[in-house]
Amino acid sequence: MTTIGQNRWLPHVILILGVIVFVFPIYLTLIGSTHSAPVIARGDMPLTPGPHIIENYELALFSGVGDRVRGTPATLLLRNSLFMALAIVIGKILISLLSAFAVVFFEFPLRMFLFWMIFITLMLPVEVRMIPTYAVVSNLGMVNTFAGLTIPLIASATATLLFRQFFLTVPDELVDASQIDGAGPMRFFWSVLLPLSRTNIAALFVIMFIYGWNQYLWPLIVTTSRERETIVIGIVKMIGSGESATDWNMLMAIAVLALLPPVLIIVLMQRWFVKGLVEPEK
Amino acid sequence: MRRRTIFRGKLLPYLLLAPQLAITVVFFFYPAGQAVWQSLLIEDPFGLYSEFVWFENYQIVLSNPLYLEAARVTLIFSVAVTLFAMAPALLLALMADQVIRGSSGYRTLLVWPYAIAPAVAAVLWLFIFHPSIGQVGQGLRALGVPWDYRLDGGQALGLVIFVSAWKQVSYNFLFFLAGLQSIPKTIVEAATVDGATPTRRFVQVIFPLLSPTTFFLLVVNIIYSFFDTFGVIHAITQGGPGRATTTLMYRLYRDGWINLDLGGSSAQSVLLMSAVILLTVIQFRFIERRVHY
Repeated sequence: MTTIGQNRWLPHVILILGVIVFVFPIYLTLIGSTHSAPVIARGDMPLTPGPHIIENYELALFSGVGDRVRGTPATLLLRNSLFMALAIVIGKILISLLSAFAVVFFEFPLRMFLFWMIFITLMLPVEVRMIPTYAVVSNLGMVNTFAGLTIPLIASATATLLFRQFFLTVPDELVDASQIDGAGPMRFFWSVLLPLSRTNIAALFVIMFIYGWNQYLWPLIVTTSRERETIVIGIVKMIGSGESATDWNMLMAIAVLALLPPVLIIVLMQRWFVKGLVEPEK
Repeated sequence: MRRRTIFRGKLLPYLLLAPQLAITVVFFFYPAGQAVWQSLLIEDPFGLYSEFVWFENYQIVLSNPLYLEAARVTLIFSVAVTLFAMAPALLLALMADQVIRGSSGYRTLLVWPYAIAPAVAAVLWLFIFHPSIGQVGQGLRALGVPWDYRLDGGQALGLVIFVSAWKQVSYNFLFFLAGLQSIPKTIVEAATVDGATPTRRFVQVIFPLLSPTTFFLLVVNIIYSFFDTFGVIHAITQGGPGRATTTLMYRLYRDGWINLDLGGSSAQSVLLMSAVILLTVIQFRFIERRVHY
């Protein structure tokens, strides 16, 4: 029993070290967003907050143009990212609910074949089919449009699989009961299945929102004008080649704005997120 | 698996599947098919002339020393990212599993990097590792280390590995923690009663029981290091200096998007797709076997 004292402290020490490694860059980013550009460019930024917080965020949000950087105002970038993430989330959840409903609650020719067609897309990340997909989007005249940005990212085997798994656990008695009550399939879907799926929908909402918000390569090639850029693309374009004399104060403010929405969602909806992420794999 | 009770409907199920199938066919199968088809053609840059050449593009790609160099970089990069993303995550999860009080607080403080885009994570660390303005970058130079990831290929590769792994630790942590919490406490207690030291308990009891989680994460992390890390590389090094951080994915982007080599980049796409399909099949076979066992 001599090891108890050691065991009680060691986990906390290691966990706190871990937390420091994960919180430190955020702390420095926050600090960076409160100092002036020359202080940072000289390389003597203190580790305590500076006085320029309001100017920096005003600059980032409404102008996006500093002394050395000509970017897009973050209000526009944030709006684009938000619309893109929401379109992807809502689109994915809608089409996956419907297709999982069809696969689980109906019997029809080609059922398993069509399910496999969806399932196999799990293996084709957008990155590997980037150029031919771009060609399709270009032929449809959707380059630099909101539709071109979102629709190719909407098909989702992950969400369909998750809903299918959940639908399979819905007791037959519920289906029987609603059939006896004379409810048709769509009535059952709206009044029984959808309310039962609330937790799963919430979990997927978190995961897919983060997926959508953090998209990089696809928006990089599909958006060709600044008005369409997402915040993740916008900030990387502003770093350019990472000169020391860039408007780091504004960049850090934009970085904070870029990571705040997904981080808030994950922290506030942690319970659903963990459930949705970890449980389907078990 | 089938349900006992089902709905009738001849047209309805197809209508329900239609939106997803339409997107899947137009944006997945057709482009993937195009990639395979283009990979068998050689076209001039203006698209006026093309010739069916069987596997010549693959021969060209695979015999290109630059492609092989990218493959080597990818191998080092992927192994390092996977290792440095998984090992600390396992350590943190083991510690969080032992903590009785405050473990959910630690979880909250450790999960959030999952929400950060790889490219934004790159910006955060760039600010720290920048040789002239970053706190750590300056510190290293003050200590006499000639730190400049823009000039030194090894340092550049190290930096993108570090950032990519850092971003992925929280994902692995969540899975390891869930895996550890599903191990029955009685088994670990039994080993303790039998006099097993903590190290022995880990090596002989906990780690084997955790192997399905570890294996799943191994595949997920390799795929992550192949594709999702593009944002990190594009933001920090753009594949350089030289070609020190040009992975297969970055090379595909450069050949297909910047240099517009349609046949060659299609062949590269097909090669990467095959790698992902292979990994996914291995993963599912393994999970199936585990379920039967």
